[in-house]
Amino acid sequence: MTDTFDPRKPDAEQPIEKPRSPAAEAWSMFRRNHAAVVGLIVLTIILAIALFGPILYPEDPFMMVWTPFSPPGEQGYLFGTDYLGRDIMALMIHGARVSITVGLAAAFVTVTIGITVGALAGFFRGFIEEALMRLTEFFQVLPTLLFSMVIVALFGASLPMITLAIGLVSWPAVARVTRSEFLRIRELEYVTAARSGGVRNGRLIFSVILPNAAPPIIVQAALMVGSAILFEAGLSFLGLTDPNVASWGQIIGSNRPYILDASYTVTVPGLAIFVTVLAISLVGDGLNDALNPKLRAR
Amino acid sequence: MSLLTVENLRIELALRSGPAPVIDDLSLTLEAGKTLSFVGESGCGKSMTALAIMGLLPDVGRVAHGTIRFDGEELTTLPDTRLREIRGNDISMIFQEPMTSLNPVYTVGEQIAEVLRRHKGMSQRDAWTRAIDLLDSVRIPNAKSRVSAYPHEMSGGQRQRVMIAMALSCAPKLIIADEPTTALDVTVQAQIFELLRDLARDTGTALILITHDMGAVAEMADDVVVMYAGRAAEVGPVDAILKDPRHPYTQGLISCVPHLKADPTAARHDLTEIPGIVPPLSSFGTDSCLFASRCAHAHDRCLSARPKAFACPAGQFAACWLEADG
Repeated sequence: MTDTFDPRKPDAEQPIEKPRSPAAEAWSMFRRNHAAVVGLIVLTIILAIALFGPILYPEDPFMMVWTPFSPPGEQGYLFGTDYLGRDIMALMIHGARVSITVGLAAAFVTVTIGITVGALAGFFRGFIEEALMRLTEFFQVLPTLLFSMVIVALFGASLPMITLAIGLVSWPAVARVTRSEFLRIRELEYVTAARSGGVRNGRLIFSVILPNAAPPIIVQAALMVGSAILFEAGLSFLGLTDPNVASWGQIIGSNRPYILDASYTVTVPGLAIFVTVLAISLVGDGLNDALNPKLRAR
Repeated sequence: MSLLTVENLRIELALRSGPAPVIDDLSLTLEAGKTLSFVGESGCGKSMTALAIMGLLPDVGRVAHGTIRFDGEELTTLPDTRLREIRGNDISMIFQEPMTSLNPVYTVGEQIAEVLRRHKGMSQRDAWTRAIDLLDSVRIPNAKSRVSAYPHEMSGGQRQRVMIAMALSCAPKLIIADEPTTALDVTVQAQIFELLRDLARDTGTALILITHDMGAVAEMADDVVVMYAGRAAEVGPVDAILKDPRHPYTQGLISCVPHLKADPTAARHDLTEIPGIVPPLSSFGTDSCLFASRCAHAHDRCLSARPKAFACPAGQFAACWLEADG
């Protein structure tokens, strides 16, 4: 009976009830969202395929292996072959790496620009805020697909350029979320308390306010990965892509003329995009449950 | 030389209707190791004075006139870099709301250690050990394990103790406590006041205590500034002001504190209230006594001219025309 309260003992010897850490708390909230858990499992499997697929299935995605348009299952090719007789299974594994990498990298670009702009605008207010928010609005009213097509068409269809283009058109949402959080948090007493302790602006932004503003930004970033994958697929479908790498979108795009004769060539990568983006959205929703203090109270 | 000298301080807030003085012609001095108390009701400029000393006025506020000298330095014109060195190191502040004045994403130990590393250049390990000592000195039981607790795992009283530990961490010359007990239980309030008084005495730290608790003033303060509508109504030693309050506002403040009687049937005098409310901010600059609308003794002169501070027999100064008439 050492861990119960004993009124005869002095304070220092009383047991300490250790509440759960914030991470454990968030995980228990996440777990309650069953759809999010399913999404997380699916996403883990997809990531595992992207990571280890080429080792387990060492087929060259760009080699002609069999007659074109052989249906799934024939000759042991699970998803059949495409219009050039390439193994779609190998293409899919290769494409998973490309699509997910572009998705993550574009989300990273988005979040980096968005946090920088939003944090500066929300923290400094005044002229800086005006200028940055007008800039944000300018990017927000540009037609995103058209703008990114222009960038890719002008500067070349390489993967880094596509990633950058996606990042450049998607950051306003993150900037606005970040700014609103900064506007709220900068008025809180612990920020004044930190100022009264002599903390400089840089530290106030990154060590005091940003960690408290993180939850909605994390949710936004997770969803951004999904939409970046979709965006890249859209660009590839239109042919704005690096022909030397095959993303899921590009597989669809290049097999588009044969959609009526060999529908599986576009169905398989289409389903992969659908499942991946859905899984990411579900996980993002779960993160929202886990990290949003307003929902946590329920 | 006094530790802190404020002279003719005027702070203006930029309102839509034009600048309004939230602090008007405030002068005070504070000697090292002494306790000065600001008393007055909400919105009379107590907190604004504290923020002005820290150089943390809100964006719409500015020091329009006057000087704030701290330890030989003029704070109102000091560059930001020097101000940051002073904040937390020489002057530190304790806030009203312990629930929100600690950063929720860091443990209390990290937050105390951070101050020590910033101002004292301590190593992470030394700062952490010192943080435990500090928590111990503010009488947090089991400081060794509580040091790695998050603010939400502590009670209000404990958080305020953590704030006090943080304020004390660099052995400042001056601590400004802005209504440190308003959000706490009565029993905890007494503990916090006792703690503040003991620590201030032990470390020789001067204390500015902002409160509307006259009981706390009587317990803690050496000198009192009674503020009303941004102006000092009455300034002086605590004994003089409590025994012989001269300004009608001070009299009102003192008589609205209830007294507990051991015998519930004993006759007790009625609680008095001060009728009316503080005038609107836009009228703060007018050349009249701002308390006149609520004052039982008001006469024509109160409405036509602002009273200056008159010396009273007990040793304090009261800004009231009644004193001029004798």
